[in-house]
Amino acid sequence: MNNRILKILSVGCCIFATAPSMAADGKILATAGLSQVEGSGGGGLVPWATLAGYDSQDETAASFFMSDVNVSDFRMTSIGVATSFYDRVELSYAQQTFVLPESLISGLSLTSEQIKQDIVGLKVRLYGDAVYSAYPQVSAGLQYKQLDSDTVASKVGAKTDSGTDFYVAATKVHLGAVAGYNLIWNVAARATKANEMGLLGYGGSENNSYQVMMEGSVGLLLSPNWVVGMEYRQKPNNLSIVEDDWTDVFVSYLPNKNVNITAAYVDLGTVATKKDQKGIYLSMTGYLW
Amino acid sequence: MVNLVKASFIALSVFLVACAAPNKAPQSLYDEIGGKPTVEAITDNFIDEISFNKDIYRYFEKTNITRFREKFIEHLCVNTGGPCTYTGDTMLKVHQGQKINETDFNLTVDLLVSAMKRAGLTYPQQNRVLKVLAPMRGEMLYK
Ligand code: HEM
Repeated sequence: MNNRILKILSVGCCIFATAPSMAADGKILATAGLSQVEGSGGGGLVPWATLAGYDSQDETAASFFMSDVNVSDFRMTSIGVATSFYDRVELSYAQQTFVLPESLISGLSLTSEQIKQDIVGLKVRLYGDAVYSAYPQVSAGLQYKQLDSDTVASKVGAKTDSGTDFYVAATKVHLGAVAGYNLIWNVAARATKANEMGLLGYGGSENNSYQVMMEGSVGLLLSPNWVVGMEYRQKPNNLSIVEDDWTDVFVSYLPNKNVNITAAYVDLGTVATKKDQKGIYLSMTGYLW
Repeated sequence: MVNLVKASFIALSVFLVACAAPNKAPQSLYDEIGGKPTVEAITDNFIDEISFNKDIYRYFEKTNITRFREKFIEHLCVNTGGPCTYTGDTMLKVHQGQKINETDFNLTVDLLVSAMKRAGLTYPQQNRVLKVLAPMRGEMLYK
């Protein structure tokens, strides 16, 4: 486990637990969702149609997050900020740090054990309200991603070191749908060229054009403060090395509108020739206003 | 493992959808939550919550609370399937001109939720009451 992240998480939690009602609270608890590993408001792996903050149509909101994914051979941390305006537009920034195992560093004769990627995200709500409208809330977004270095990407056969994903997401909360409990689901279609989210570059020998990948989440609100659910994210196979679809099972705790904490068990399959990448995902979002 | 997670993902989705299908016994939500005394308790708690919330109370400053109480009880009774007749005005007519914004609407829902909690409704029961009221939001917001 990454100690620094744990420390930051616990300090963050204390700050937010003792500072009630700083955040915008124009939305119902839990409807701001969680922080996605690429910075957008969403589930953990999948962007949702909901925006990242608790802003209503008359408010703005800002939040920051830190996520840590610790699987068999790799570790990735993602930190970032998201702001949302009038429940209409969301802007986000995330920096991902992907730490490679020793065997890959020597195998590929790399000089650095880390790959960093910056991601700027934009999302616009096109229709509806996940809780109240008859049809799901629908948003469209993009994520512009840039690697700090193309060394690893080009070694594994990627064509470029930056790319833009475009997605459309639909999210709906069904009040009292499952024996009185609220059910939330989200489906996203993403046009992408990214290999392993872009950490291994964009495009490759097998494919170098945009492909549409399907992503989904389903969750159940066990109480106003606890959500359990699952996620699935389809992945392209642009490189000659295998890339698997991702899945996770998560539990989130949302004590108030200032903070949420998520723990998940993730299964990333084969990543950069390493099989069976499974492990723990931890994430915290703090809402500033 | 990926397949196992995928299979359980699908199984859970199917299970959730199956549960979501209306297959419940015919007892009304009104009876289930405890009928007249509970609906009255919710309404009284709601009025209490409103009177202590300055953001929402300002909408009610000129309201005849006796009338509001009576109509709100009838309204809640009818919408949860109870044996009442609603004699008040339409949601559009009552809330029109108040320019209720989304923040205040959601805040009022929070107050209603605490009113229900204080009246002893379980979390699933609160959700089911909100479910019947939620579609009315369009007649109240920004009118
Ligand atoms: C949760 C959904 C709501 C329901 C089910 C609801 C229901 C009702 C009902 C049944 C009445 C009485 C109608 C009558 O007198 O004929 C009423 C009146 C009123 N409602 Fe709502 N309401 C809701 C939300 C709101 C919100 C969000 C506000 C303002 C923030 C609001 C402000 C008022 C006011 C001020 C009156 C009294 C109007 C007057 O003085 O005549 N209501 N409402």
